[in-house]
Amino acid sequence: MSKKPVLSFTENGIYCAAGDFYIDPWRPVDRALITHGHSDHARWGMGLYLATHAALPVMRHRLGDITAEGIAYGEVRRIGDANVSFHPAGHVPGSAQIRVEVDGEIWVASGDYKVIDDGLSEAFTPIKCHHFITESTFGLPVFHWADQASVAAEINNWWAGCAATGKTAFLGAYALGKAQRLLTMLDPNIGPILTHTATENTNQVMRDQGISLPDTILANADLRPKDHPGAIVLAPPSALGSAWSKKFGPQETAFASGWMAIRGVRRRRAGDRGFVISDHADWDGLLSVIKQTEAENIYVTHGYTDIFSRYLNINGWNAQVVPTQFEGESLDKGATE
Amino acid sequence: MKRFAQLFATIDQSTKTNAKVAALAAYFQHASDKDRLWTIALFSGRRPKRAVTTTKLREWAAERADIPLWLFEESYSIVGDLAETIALVLPPNTGQDTRTLSEWIAALRDVYTQDEDARKAFVLSAWDQLGGTERFIFNKLITGGFRVGISQKLMTRALARATDKPEAELAHRLMGNWHPDDTTWHALVIAEDASADASRPYPFYLAYGLEDTPHALGDTLDWRAEWKWDGIRGQLILRDGQYFVWSRGEELMTDRFPELARAVDYLPDGTVLDGELLVWPSGHPTPSSFNALQSRIGRKTVPKKLLTEAPVVLHAYDLLEWQGQDMRNTPFADRRTLLENACANLPPAAPVRLSPQLHFTTWDDLAATRTDARAAQAEGLMLKRADSPYLAGRKKGDWWKWKLDPLTIDAVMIYAQSGSGRRANLFTDFTFAVWNGNDLVPFTKAYSGLTDAEFRQITAWVRKNTLERFGPVRKVTPHHVFEIAFEGIQRSPRHKSGVALRFPRMLRWRQDKPLQEANTLADLEELLRIYG
Repeated sequence: MSKKPVLSFTENGIYCAAGDFYIDPWRPVDRALITHGHSDHARWGMGLYLATHAALPVMRHRLGDITAEGIAYGEVRRIGDANVSFHPAGHVPGSAQIRVEVDGEIWVASGDYKVIDDGLSEAFTPIKCHHFITESTFGLPVFHWADQASVAAEINNWWAGCAATGKTAFLGAYALGKAQRLLTMLDPNIGPILTHTATENTNQVMRDQGISLPDTILANADLRPKDHPGAIVLAPPSALGSAWSKKFGPQETAFASGWMAIRGVRRRRAGDRGFVISDHADWDGLLSVIKQTEAENIYVTHGYTDIFSRYLNINGWNAQVVPTQFEGESLDKGATE
Repeated sequence: MKRFAQLFATIDQSTKTNAKVAALAAYFQHASDKDRLWTIALFSGRRPKRAVTTTKLREWAAERADIPLWLFEESYSIVGDLAETIALVLPPNTGQDTRTLSEWIAALRDVYTQDEDARKAFVLSAWDQLGGTERFIFNKLITGGFRVGISQKLMTRALARATDKPEAELAHRLMGNWHPDDTTWHALVIAEDASADASRPYPFYLAYGLEDTPHALGDTLDWRAEWKWDGIRGQLILRDGQYFVWSRGEELMTDRFPELARAVDYLPDGTVLDGELLVWPSGHPTPSSFNALQSRIGRKTVPKKLLTEAPVVLHAYDLLEWQGQDMRNTPFADRRTLLENACANLPPAAPVRLSPQLHFTTWDDLAATRTDARAAQAEGLMLKRADSPYLAGRKKGDWWKWKLDPLTIDAVMIYAQSGSGRRANLFTDFTFAVWNGNDLVPFTKAYSGLTDAEFRQITAWVRKNTLERFGPVRKVTPHHVFEIAFEGIQRSPRHKSGVALRFPRMLRWRQDKPLQEANTLADLEELLRIYG
């Protein structure tokens, strides 16, 4: 007799038959468990959402009027015949891996994750399981992240250099997660920190939920750049080089992303600088997590899925690629991401 | 090497020409003679003798990074650059670098003579001492190909700023067959009496494309017109009883075109011609297609059979040196007269012919002539101002190319593959098909022509519309129609569709066009019949 898998991969997304719910579904379903608020994971139109208390404010901000419940990290909830709990994924504040246990068999859907403790997101905790669903956005051995302090020093040096030569420093990063992480890395002694509306909206949501962020000034239409010499501006990548950014006069632009590790990508974006920093795990991070889960069955959802799963199979895991609509880290998302 | 690495990073990071030139000029002013000589060499495509094969480099890098070779190769295909891939997969450096650029190059030269174990030990220790950009540069010293955003033009501008010498003179000095092992900074850049190597070519003058019709160029009497041939540009040098052939990419191609040796029998010593290398069998009214020439370009030595099947002739259109004198400042019309005189008595057996001028009195005449270009196996027309000097590099104003509009066909995208290097995280390589009844028959791939925004849009679409995966290749739902432009079409038994296109690219994303209205295999065959 073949028993139904605890989680299966359907047209709507990752499905749990025992609990009749989906994890990060991409089509409207009755019940959705959400790992985090990025738009490829938290989509509109679900009957009922379940996410960590810390992830909900951003989801409500982005998705508007939704019916949603919160859950604490580590709290076990019974849904149908499944025991469900959420555990820190270290990706962005509030992000979670979702652990699902049915009749002693344990699956973990990790969404997006990183291993480095960024000091802002709840630090990643490995969860032992039988089946582990992983991303592989940076699942190639060319991706190795430097420690956060040395990237912070690079960014602050660049900013100070811009300030000294009378230029405004524009730093492009996701509005949710990356921008706030960068905020905590900036040295406010160099100058004022300005923010794009999309970035500031997310900052405000996080401040309201009690997350401490440095002071920022909203760069709206009324702002006179001349009043803020030596400023750095945090904005979504799409806002760099826009009409809005032009009014700041002489400027340098930089992007903060794991993709900046590749020279060709850096050059394609034609920014002045690229800082290598990501909210996804690097090669060593992915492998160390997979080892720590002690899972034998690995499902690779997005990124360099073919190469990564081939490597895992050769090295003794039972790995397979499962097609999803998750996007991982993209340089090209708009102001909402 | 720190200083050179810093220069490299500044140039590589900046998108502003002035900042690049300023950084380079400052480096040329302050670096040691050996370092600056090597900097010119590296940025103009020269490199130290290859001390290690790239095969060995890959093996050692994979071993040091503790990854299997196949994984290294996969990574390389995504990063798109061997030196960079190696720099990225290796563990962080533990040592410190103290050597200068030229000291590292000297060390590489020394290790060249040693056995493989010694080479390996040298390379591994270099990887351990050098981090970041320096490690990347070290790898580039071995693999070659410093593709950095510095053109020859910008480099000569920076050198001019650093040395107070005219740009045109510097551009000429840097041409040709020199290597840092055989010359010095002083001899190459500074010395007044530059007794050049006999093979040294002149910098090529390059034309801009005409965006519109030439009516705005003014009086037709001031202009001359020629066919724009579909061959390769070449400079033929006859000096000291020898001959040399240079490509536009500054590659010495003398050995590939042995038939040109006989030019010394027909033209006087001290002659330099600019022209087009074409396969043109004697008695034929037009040259053969570019395909025929391709069989010659790839070969360093040419078998006899190929020499008779695909004989190469230089079609001369300019005279740069005559009787040992640099003619580049003489007006084009006068150079042309000299060229016509020089070629007047050439017998049919000579490997040089005069490229004809096309007569016209009005721009409309010329536009009519242009429509015949394809029949003449030409790509369009060249327009040259009668009084123009022969300038160096791409300059606007005196020379224009007026190409034919490309052939086009509307095709359906059926496979997508992600790019490498600059495009590592985008789907950019597509396979296109035309209808054959209810089937879609693939006939070409294309990689270029869309904007970054369009590539981002199609990438998001591909992710959501993948039907099947074959490793890195994804079969997608047939949905999008693209207008594919190309320069020529040939029958090809190697392709399933039976045709091969020359320089295919995406001209337009036809979001207005329904799938069913894409072109058919019959349409493609009709194009083959007319233009093949």
